[in-house]
Amino acid sequence: MAGNENLRTRWRAWTDAGVTVLAILATLIVVTPLAAIFGYLIYKGASSLNLAFFMQIPRPEGESGGGMANAIVGSGVLLLVASLIGVPIGIGGGVFLAEFGRGTKLANAVRFTADVLNGVPSIVMGLAIYSLIVSTHSGLIPFSGHFSAFSGGVALGIMMIPTVCRTTEEMLLMVPHAVREAALGLGLPNWRSVLSITVKTASPGIITGCMLAFARVAGETAPLIFTAFGNAFMNTSLNQPIEALPLQIWVFAISPYDDQHRLAWAGALVLIALIVLAVSLVRYVTSRGVLKGAS
Amino acid sequence: MGPGKEGPSPVRVFLLSRGNSAIADRAFRWLMTLCAFSIFGIVGLIAWRLMVSSQMTWSQFGLGFFYKSFVDPVNHQPMYWDPVNGYFSAVPFIYGTLVSSFLSLLIAVPLGVGLAIFLTEMCPRALRGPLAFLTELLAAIPSIVYGLWAMYALVPLLREYVNPLLTSLLGWTGLFNNDNPTGLGFLAGGVILSIMILPIISSLTREVMTAVPHSQREAVLALGATRWEMIRMGVLRNARIGIVGAIILGLGRALGETMAVTMVIGNTPEIHKSLLANGTSMAAVIANEFSEAVSDLHRSALIEIGLALFLVTIVVNACAQLLVWVVTRGAPAQAR
Amino acid sequence: MGVGIEVSNLNAWYGSNHTLQDINLNIPANHATALIGPSGCGKSTFVRCLNRMHETNPIARVTGMVRIGDRDIYADAKPVEIRRRVGMVFQRPNPFPTMSIYDNVAAGLKLNGFSNRRALDEIVEHSLRNSALWDEVKDDLKKKSGASLSGGQQQRLCIARALAVDPEVLLMDEPASALDPVSTSKIEDLIFQLKSQYTIVIVTHNMQQAARVAEKTGFFLNGRLVEFDSTHKIFTNPADKRTEDYITGRFG
Repeated sequence: MAGNENLRTRWRAWTDAGVTVLAILATLIVVTPLAAIFGYLIYKGASSLNLAFFMQIPRPEGESGGGMANAIVGSGVLLLVASLIGVPIGIGGGVFLAEFGRGTKLANAVRFTADVLNGVPSIVMGLAIYSLIVSTHSGLIPFSGHFSAFSGGVALGIMMIPTVCRTTEEMLLMVPHAVREAALGLGLPNWRSVLSITVKTASPGIITGCMLAFARVAGETAPLIFTAFGNAFMNTSLNQPIEALPLQIWVFAISPYDDQHRLAWAGALVLIALIVLAVSLVRYVTSRGVLKGAS
Repeated sequence: MGPGKEGPSPVRVFLLSRGNSAIADRAFRWLMTLCAFSIFGIVGLIAWRLMVSSQMTWSQFGLGFFYKSFVDPVNHQPMYWDPVNGYFSAVPFIYGTLVSSFLSLLIAVPLGVGLAIFLTEMCPRALRGPLAFLTELLAAIPSIVYGLWAMYALVPLLREYVNPLLTSLLGWTGLFNNDNPTGLGFLAGGVILSIMILPIISSLTREVMTAVPHSQREAVLALGATRWEMIRMGVLRNARIGIVGAIILGLGRALGETMAVTMVIGNTPEIHKSLLANGTSMAAVIANEFSEAVSDLHRSALIEIGLALFLVTIVVNACAQLLVWVVTRGAPAQAR
Repeated sequence: MGVGIEVSNLNAWYGSNHTLQDINLNIPANHATALIGPSGCGKSTFVRCLNRMHETNPIARVTGMVRIGDRDIYADAKPVEIRRRVGMVFQRPNPFPTMSIYDNVAAGLKLNGFSNRRALDEIVEHSLRNSALWDEVKDDLKKKSGASLSGGQQQRLCIARALAVDPEVLLMDEPASALDPVSTSKIEDLIFQLKSQYTIVIVTHNMQQAARVAEKTGFFLNGRLVEFDSTHKIFTNPADKRTEDYITGRFG
């Protein structure tokens, strides 16, 4: 009996130690690809990064040199359109959830749908926008009937809505009730008190949410393949096909030319630098307290 | 000066002149409600457009599109996808999506849950922040960058070292026949997918594990349990529904992931038992063929694949969401 | 100048909870009136009915009549209009955390569309002087946020914010209950000065405070107004046995 008991205790201690080792191992395995990706990206990308990359458009295939200026400008245009659509609608939805719909079945349904929409594959979003804008000739829809920067921006903008909406809601719920009461007690109209007091108090958090959504769609390729389509030349018109950084990286990555591979790496490095910057900024803001000063 | 002492002051007169802004308030409320409702609208719009645009395939092939195959008139082998000659069947794409997604879960679930256990129960406090930040970063890397890395770093690694090793060790199972010299294929797709869904699984698992009340842990520890027994009985048992939710959410992401998979899976509409063979997936075929579709029927078939992907991810995400809500908020129907 | 308040047959509910039952009283203009009673007696609910803050809770309900000056506030006007004329100071200081001291005071005017900058400067200074905060904050009006002040200063800032819209009535819901003794005495001094210009209704659980600042006192118990009379009478010779029990401390 005593020996048996001893064995059991030893077995339990061994399992405990084994699981600890496994968990540490898992953590290491998870961190490794991250280090590998960043290391490889910097190793391959930094050497191809020069002024020409930012100033020039791509050279014809097979010629060396050239840059991605058209893709950088194009991404800027697309993200501008996306933000103009995604940010106001997302914030509006968040305000509804936090200020008007609290506790109602309707708000729960909206919240649930937003979370589900967040999981819809981006390629499907591209198909839907293709079908809605690119392939239809309708007077009701601007820039319809062909590939355009506008359709790409709409696809990205729609993808921003769920993230912006849910973070806005969460941040608004963190605003203390006392602050809302103070605003109401002053006789401010509801719209004024929501916009100038509640939303303003939560604004650092809301901006954080917008930046997260922004960083996410900035790297999206799939919804742009058959909406923005790509464009080898500089373009800023919403009515024309437009290049985007991730789209250009894809095209160059699968091309057979070494020079284009180098540009793809440089592009990926720029993209990731932007995203890491956004995520770090977000983390810095949130760690300082989203509602600094709010009691 | 300022608010007067006699009679109504200028301030009071001014405020009395302001209306009660009932109309502005109502308009504001409607506008915000409209924004919220637009989310329903978007989901509806996606479904409607995809259905309209895939009408042609639906009327020609019906449900058989998702399970039937054709016979090659020349060599009498089974054949699935030949856009030029008008043969369309989604079977190889469904197969590729399922194989690569489940392969990725097989790799990512133990690692993700292990990482979550390490972060919540074992990790020194000083390491917790940086590690959480690193996983957050892993989630923020765009698909295209994963794909680029996988194409130029992961695939050569698989081709030179991992695939030959797997063939020599496990070749007898038939799952690892190394007759593919490229290094691309289901395994490459599954590995890159697993790296991409790891952060989702581990961060959600962490969330539900933290939601388990401290008293549950203490109750088990008080019985003289070791740390692993405490984690197993006190934490994992209470959080298991949420962890399943996290895994399903990861699956949802894996099913629809496009760019990285497209770049490494091989893009061949064939069905092979070997994981080292070239294949393709639903999302990959859309990304690859849509802008160069040879006919309206081809385009419509791709949109129908997209519609199927949409419906499947909606169902998968809804299930996952419900499971996570059950754990973190008591009941899904309750507001916080 | 302040105006009188006339309350008749006021009833209020929270869900199925009948928190105020048949309240009738007349609050005189330009005086301080104290409302006392054990916690949960309905005194806070009562003041929140005077500026229609009670109904901001979706499960709350009110019947009866409240006349402030010449207006029946439940019949003639919208809540927004009432709240501009009836200022409120809450139990816990609640300055707007992201706004400067200046913007906190100016909020009621600025956000209602008042744009004359010079007049605004004057009003802010006047309100801060009135709430005895001017000397402490005049150097960093626009630099410091309202949340950076101490608790007592924050509460005086909230009073300044309420005064800036030049209300006729000032409601104070236990304004000193979250403050230290020194800050409390400053608030009491303030009430003493302000009551010549405004009709002040102050809810307090501190009987000495009521005796110090108010001319009139009402005693609430279980949602009813038990007794309403001059403060002197209430504290020396109450008509009702329950009032006597409460002020002598023989009560729960």
